[in-house]
Amino acid sequence: MPTERTFRVWRGGADGELAEYTVEVHEGEVVLDILHRLQATQTPDLAVRWNCKAGKCGSCSMEINGRPRLSCMARMSTFEEDETIIVTPMRTFPVIRDLVCDVSYNYQKAREIPSFTPDPETRPGDFRMQQSDVERPQEFRKCIECFLCQDVCHVIRDHEENKRNFSGPRFLMRVAELEMHPKDTEDRRMVAQEEFGMGYCNITKCCTEVCPEHIKITDNALIPLKERVADRKYDPVVWLGDKIGLRKGADTPMVPNTRPNTYPEEDTPE
Amino acid sequence: MPEITRLPYDVVVIGAGGAGLRAAIEARQQGKKTAIISKSLFGKAHTVMAEGGAAAALGNVNQHDRWQVHFRDTIRGGKFLNDPRMAELHAKEAGDRVLELEYWGALFDRTSEGKISQRNFGGHEYPRLAHVGDRTGLELIRTLQQRVVQLQQADAAELGDPDAMLKVYAETTVTELVKDGERIAGAFAYIRESGEFVMFEAPAVILATGGVGKSFKVTSNSWEYTGDGHALALRAGATLLNMEFVQFHPTGMVWPPSVKGILVTESVRGDGGVLRNSNGERFMFGYVPDVFRSQYAESEEEADGWYTDPENHRRPPELLPRDEVARAINNEVKEGRGSPHGGVYLDVSTRMPAGEITRRLPSMHHQFKELADVDITAEPMEVGPTCHYVMGGVEVDADTGAAVVPGLFAAGEVAGGMHGSNRLGGNSLSDLLVFGRRSGLGAVSYLDELGSDRPTIADESLEAAAATAQAPLRREAGENPYAVHQELQETMNDLVGIIRRGPEIEEALENLSKIRERVANVRAEGGTIYNPGWHLALDLHNMLLVSESIARAALEREESRGGHTRDDFPEMSAEWRTVNLVLSLRDGRIRLRHRPVDPLRPDLLELFDREELAKYLTDAELPAEETAKEEK
Ligand SMILES: Cc1cc2nc3c(=O)[nH]c(=O)nc-3n(C[C@H](O)[C@H](O)[C@H](O)COP(=O)(O)OP(=O)(O)OC[C@H]3O[C@@H](n4cnc5c(N)ncnc54)[C@H](O)[C@@H]3O)c2cc1C
Ligand code: SF4
Ligand code: SF4
Ligand code: FES
Repeated sequence: MPTERTFRVWRGGADGELAEYTVEVHEGEVVLDILHRLQATQTPDLAVRWNCKAGKCGSCSMEINGRPRLSCMARMSTFEEDETIIVTPMRTFPVIRDLVCDVSYNYQKAREIPSFTPDPETRPGDFRMQQSDVERPQEFRKCIECFLCQDVCHVIRDHEENKRNFSGPRFLMRVAELEMHPKDTEDRRMVAQEEFGMGYCNITKCCTEVCPEHIKITDNALIPLKERVADRKYDPVVWLGDKIGLRKGADTPMVPNTRPNTYPEEDTPE
Repeated sequence: MPEITRLPYDVVVIGAGGAGLRAAIEARQQGKKTAIISKSLFGKAHTVMAEGGAAAALGNVNQHDRWQVHFRDTIRGGKFLNDPRMAELHAKEAGDRVLELEYWGALFDRTSEGKISQRNFGGHEYPRLAHVGDRTGLELIRTLQQRVVQLQQADAAELGDPDAMLKVYAETTVTELVKDGERIAGAFAYIRESGEFVMFEAPAVILATGGVGKSFKVTSNSWEYTGDGHALALRAGATLLNMEFVQFHPTGMVWPPSVKGILVTESVRGDGGVLRNSNGERFMFGYVPDVFRSQYAESEEEADGWYTDPENHRRPPELLPRDEVARAINNEVKEGRGSPHGGVYLDVSTRMPAGEITRRLPSMHHQFKELADVDITAEPMEVGPTCHYVMGGVEVDADTGAAVVPGLFAAGEVAGGMHGSNRLGGNSLSDLLVFGRRSGLGAVSYLDELGSDRPTIADESLEAAAATAQAPLRREAGENPYAVHQELQETMNDLVGIIRRGPEIEEALENLSKIRERVANVRAEGGTIYNPGWHLALDLHNMLLVSESIARAALEREESRGGHTRDDFPEMSAEWRTVNLVLSLRDGRIRLRHRPVDPLRPDLLELFDREELAKYLTDAELPAEETAKEEK
């Protein structure tokens, strides 16, 4: 039996407001289904991003009753029947319209990280890697780039001024992933600290809690990366696998000309 | 009329899935200034959803595998209607393309020797799918995305601007291709975020827009799959090939209703999952067609033995090509042996330990747990057919991806020919890489021949395109696009779906012509900034044109083959096997003509024994008795 529920949904841009809707909810539905029903029956121009409707693409991120979540995986049955459901865009990014926000910060940060660089002496097909050596970076590659961890991280959540010098958990994890790739030859520890703001992270684990892929961002990526950064003399054999010996022994700098000058005035990192 | 920005490029790639990104990477690597356009955000294209893997005869798990065997499987799967040259290039080059991904940073699952591991899939003779758990599409698109970034970084270092040679225009939708005389001159688009119009000026345009599933009610496809590339190509004067062939994947979720159609990966069966009806019978044993009889097991013991000892057992019938399995499930349900929500049971819980299930099929475990409250390690899933993939597509030259219109190219799901009447699982991801790269190269050599003789775009074409795009917003009254869309989906699902009948297809065509009038008058409320109602109003034109193409071709082909099943013509016909249906648009009407399928070269024909060929080919086509190679 369908039930009637109350939804309060953010409408408009930064100066928008919550609008209230009464809407039918059927068995088995998720929040995204309800937003689609609103589009089809009450407000056809309601802006919402989505693609796969199966938790695979990371498009439909928003805040539901204040919690950063994928709306396609937020089942209506997890709310009380008389609960009003408040749906707002991710707060850390500028809102474009309704539930859609400008997530370009994330693509920007991705571009600053020195890319995967194999030994130039090798050719495609040469790599031999054991499952145990790729398992950890594979965990990080499960990331669907929903940016919920970026949204929740307090370093940038209400601190626009930190955005320039802090890449956020998703992209610090990307650095860790590259550092753990058995065939990579660069050393990004110095840039992780000086350009991507590793030092800002104080291991609150909020990012891990919201990750829909259940990636242990803090324990498996950020803390090990912090350890590497803290002691660059540490014997890398343990978790660098067979890439020892390939390293040139020099710190890889940030890629030139990839950071625009459009960020607001910054605080200097501690 | 609003300001329209002109953006000059050498190559414009429409689509940021596997095919589009691979094409753009190639064009940029060859020194061309390239734009990538995508309706969704960068890294979210449909490719991200692919689960099972990418097929390539690397021979890492079974050393007997080689490109000829992959080719043979592909042709068998497509029921001998594939473009043989495409199937050959694909089988030969897929391995290099997969290894190249690894060299760009992809981390596939490994064998004990440290090579890329490969898994079994329907219709593939050997374990052949390179994979990462059940999220291979994510690995593929992320790797290509990161490769794009790497090339941009090189440009940033060298030229001072990461976007100098390769730029991504995310959340930008192309509504029209523009020509100068006979040649392609560019693509007209709107930007979702701002509602602005832009004109990409380029002599070479590559379509990599994916499929058409959103024209059907039950589908595994997302909102992006409105057949834009198919429709853009038709309207620009290009041709579509064999649009009647639509793949219904046998296993979509059937419950709850809001997730109906969402895919359950074939890896579930490849890794040992079995199908049962409500009587608990493994019904697939009763559905092995004659053409495949000798390759599939006849008893449960034999089938189960295959997983561990494939040399001495035949394959389980659950791993027949998709069209066979989908029809079988359809029939079980129709005859009253379905599950409570109108599907059948797919079970892994009794086949392997819980830990192994969560390791091998993590996202399936997650998906059922989160969306249906089903723990697949403890109970079976309920599954049924869902519209999944279109084999039909833009008619292209196999080697270069060139369509019949100069300057227009197509690759990936939007291109036709490669998969014949039915695609094998895993052959799409490899197709994207092989033909994405080839279309990039094709565009480059077209440009090199062109030299300075570039097409130009008159202001009038810009204004006309803008006016068409704005029309739904300008209407004072008109229907809600969502209602029209729903009716279109029901028409296609019910009347041109998995099992088709002549009179029903005719009825569908009548409905579609009524829907055509309504599409012309839909109204979009609201403004131009990120307005999904407006976007749908525009997409409807494409879905309609594609639906009409599918229905016209489906009515014409009077046989059953692969992704086209006619209840009134249930047999596969050797005469029809020689026929490609080619669609074009003239004065707003769809035209249809027959073109012969290219014959298999003698050395490729030799891969099949004569007995098998006789099931598909006309007597005249069969090789002379003595030259046919006896295999067993
Ligand atoms: C759930 C699921 C699982 C699958 N699993 C497998 C598998 O295991 N193995 C396999 O081989 N295949 C699989 N497939 C099929 C395969 O994923 C697709 O066929 C393939 O990804 C299509 O890739 P593509 O590059 O052609 O297009 P897509 O990845 O779909 O990309 C299309 C692109 O075109 C853009 N676009 C479309 N129209 C426009 C427009 N008008 N303007 C601008 N941009 C536009 C879109 O935004 C998008 O970026 C699966 C499919 C699904 C749905
Ligand atoms: S653990 Fe670090 S990165 Fe994660 S939310 Fe806390 S401060 Fe941010
Ligand atoms: S790490 Fe998790 S939360 Fe962060 S972007 Fe990736 S999937 Fe989303
Ligand atoms: S729509 Fe893809 S993750 Fe929600």
